[in-house]
Amino acid sequence: MPERLSCDVLVVGGGHAALCAALSASARGADVLIAERAPAFFRGGNSRHTRDVRCLHDAASPYTSGAYGEEEFLGDLARVSGQGINERLARLTIAASAQLPGWMAAHGVIWQKPLRGTLHLSQTNVFMLGGGRAMLNAYYAGAQAAGVRTLYEANVHDFSITPEGRFGGATVTVAGVDHRVEAKAAVVSSGGFEANLRWLGQYWGDAVERFVVRGSPYNTGELLAELLEQGARPIGDPRQFHAVAVDGRAPTFDGGIVTRLDSVPFGIVVNTDGERFYDEGEDFWPKRYAIWGGLIARQKGQTAYSIIDSKALVHFLPSVFPPIQAPSVQELAQRLGVDPAAVASTVARFNASVRKGAFDPAALDDCCTAGLAPPKSHWARPIDTPPYYGYPLRPGITFTYMGVEVDQSARVQLASGRSAENIFAAGEIMSGNILKEGYLAGFGLTIGGVFGRIAGEGAADYALA
Amino acid sequence: MPSLDLFEDTARQLTVCNACRYCEGYCAVFPAIESRRTFEPSDIQYIANLCHDCRDCLYACQYAPPHEFAINIPSTLAQVREATYEQHRWPQQLGPLAGGVRPLLLLSAGALMLGMAAVAALEGVHALVSAHTAPGAFYSVIPAALMELLFIALGLLWIAAWGRSATSFWRSTAARSARASLPAVLRAAGDALTLTYLGGGGQGCTYPEESFSKTRRWLHHLVFYGFLLDLASTSLAAVYDHLLNLPAPYPLWSPVVVLGTIGGIGIVIGATGLLVQKARSDRSAAHLTMLRMDVAFLAALLLVATSGILLLGLRGTAAMGALLVLHLSTVLAFFLTAPYGKFVHLVYRYTALVRFAAEQRNQS
Ligand SMILES: Cc1cc2nc3c(=O)[nH]c(=O)nc-3n(C[C@H](O)[C@H](O)[C@H](O)COP(=O)(O)OP(=O)(O)OC[C@H]3O[C@@H](n4cnc5c(N)ncnc54)[C@H](O)[C@@H]3O)c2cc1C
Ligand code: SF4
Repeated sequence: MPERLSCDVLVVGGGHAALCAALSASARGADVLIAERAPAFFRGGNSRHTRDVRCLHDAASPYTSGAYGEEEFLGDLARVSGQGINERLARLTIAASAQLPGWMAAHGVIWQKPLRGTLHLSQTNVFMLGGGRAMLNAYYAGAQAAGVRTLYEANVHDFSITPEGRFGGATVTVAGVDHRVEAKAAVVSSGGFEANLRWLGQYWGDAVERFVVRGSPYNTGELLAELLEQGARPIGDPRQFHAVAVDGRAPTFDGGIVTRLDSVPFGIVVNTDGERFYDEGEDFWPKRYAIWGGLIARQKGQTAYSIIDSKALVHFLPSVFPPIQAPSVQELAQRLGVDPAAVASTVARFNASVRKGAFDPAALDDCCTAGLAPPKSHWARPIDTPPYYGYPLRPGITFTYMGVEVDQSARVQLASGRSAENIFAAGEIMSGNILKEGYLAGFGLTIGGVFGRIAGEGAADYALA
Repeated sequence: MPSLDLFEDTARQLTVCNACRYCEGYCAVFPAIESRRTFEPSDIQYIANLCHDCRDCLYACQYAPPHEFAINIPSTLAQVREATYEQHRWPQQLGPLAGGVRPLLLLSAGALMLGMAAVAALEGVHALVSAHTAPGAFYSVIPAALMELLFIALGLLWIAAWGRSATSFWRSTAARSARASLPAVLRAAGDALTLTYLGGGGQGCTYPEESFSKTRRWLHHLVFYGFLLDLASTSLAAVYDHLLNLPAPYPLWSPVVVLGTIGGIGIVIGATGLLVQKARSDRSAAHLTMLRMDVAFLAALLLVATSGILLLGLRGTAAMGALLVLHLSTVLAFFLTAPYGKFVHLVYRYTALVRFAAEQRNQS
């Protein structure tokens, strides 16, 4: 490989946003180079762990159960996204999401048809058959066929932005050898900094030692830091992240979807003191699962325990690690390593406060506690049927929100007030423009797909003009 | 008994699949996984025999090796299938016939030599080296009764072996969850005859390598339907001979010859294509002893079909006698190995599909 590399469009990263950009730029006739930091098998960052995409559609389809209109979509987003999002970009994303399923299918993604008794069709999201890796395989095969060059184990750094706001080249290190890349335009789609525990440690201190990073270990954000240093305007709170409750036995990196635990609403959750600390039945789990990562991150030792009895076992998806099991609550606590007396008294108090109701996991039922703090608002049933089961919980970080500000053309905005001319950003690295705190399932891919396409086309047009 | 480690590790892998479920649209394996929370060896054997080894789920898996979870469903389930064939084989002692190409070739060669020697001793060497064309000409080489008795006996053994295997497999795996009803039997037949689960999401399977292709499904159809045509041809020949008193050989336009020829050509093309695919296939997704069984079975089919076609083409010449003995030797080897080698996948897969259809009906 030559020590200097040149191309029309350099795409940094190898996930969904990057490939959408690369395929779009290549379709416009640009000579595209993808630099992906991960080895070939682990290519695609967090995108390789994904399952579904949220998109606008005005009627039901073989893949969705009903229409999902612009106002409904926007309303859903407004409820979760936090204050001060860029509404123009949000509207643009939502409107453009209507074309995504067709575009993705044209690039080899297969949408999953409903299966009886298993995956129920969703109104809002379409599901990739085989998930994110299958999607990426299709993209990479298409990119290769279109003549796009891909470098693996290629770390991009020394990214320079000229004072005029132009791309001033970057270095890509492959197998220990540095190559200077010159490109007429660059798309940065290198994800967030969620895998950078040292960086997260600036806000969370030692707690990060107990954090689990659900996705790629390669999303360490050094490039994001460089962009900010070079004058890109930051957006989003660096403390904010999307985090869910995962099994405490999960690997520190890359455990993906299987380590999540859905048992919380069907039992109680105690901290290492054996005390409850939050309403486990506040709302449907899909609407609440993303707050539990943060809740656990704020507990002592960043550890909590989900405790259920045998009645509850059938109500949630099985997870990857078997539950810890015991014939009595005390013994379970002992096996989990929490004070048995404390847990027993918490369970006893909880059981005593449960009001009888009609248990219904599919509804916000009337099974709740009375006179208990914190309360459990739904699905509260006495924990009294052995064997008892417990899962250790840790915060599982999905992604961070802080990134670079962009405009409608996906161009990076600079602190100087101007817009970069030929530097574009797409995906997680700019999702803070549209999401500041909460999350809508499947919206990460929507943002990456919409802005990846805009960035790729814009970069190609600039390069070929 | 297959090793416990295999079942432990398979249960571990299926537990990961059950928590992930991204592959659930590829085939019957995943819905079967999703209707359980734990995986006993009998569940695992049932699930493994639903797998058609299309490999879609390996290339889609974010947890495949080198990920630390090391999920490799096609290779692991192939190992379990091999263990299934072994456990339910009947009679157990005939296991050595199940193996690779070697027993097949030894059997064919042995049968060939014995056959030649027997014909030479009984009928004289001239039977092997001169042309016979009159009706009943084949029997001037090998006596009809001998030929028929031998194959009827072997056929009965074959049916008995498969029947025993199927019932043993069904009993050990299906006791709890499923009863074979007519609709289940029919749906399973539909899935088997169309090879639904070599279709993936509509793009076919990632076989022999990482790109999607429908070739394997078509090749398998050629072999399977070719085999059915040959079976029809043979049955028809028996009818001609015994009921209509028209002994072989038959003229070229006779249905016996037409069906047999088309079937034979289908097998030759299909089996050759499948062998080429196997040779090119990704070894990381395979289980090597199962791959050897695949090759042996395809080779056995290929030997029978090519020697049959040769016999048809050259039956008017002096080579007929020797070719007839050769063809019958390959058929004999095929009959001997079929109940134990890879052909048996048909029994287990169909049985598993029946159970799957029954289970799905129960759930809805
Ligand atoms: C377990 C899990 C499940 C998820 N499920 C869904 C889902 O179902 N639907 C959904 O919409 N979202 C989901 N998400 C969120 C989703 O993954 C992200 O929002 C989305 O994939 C981001 O895409 P991206 O291309 O911006 O980043 P990524 O896919 O993370 O890609 C970043 C890329 O940049 C590369 N990179 C990083 N630094 C450098 C560098 N210096 N040089 C070169 N390359 C670099 C990385 O290797 C990687 O290839 C999930 C996330 C996780 C962790
Ligand atoms: S290899 Fe194919 S048939 Fe076998 S389990 Fe995987 S997807 Fe199903």
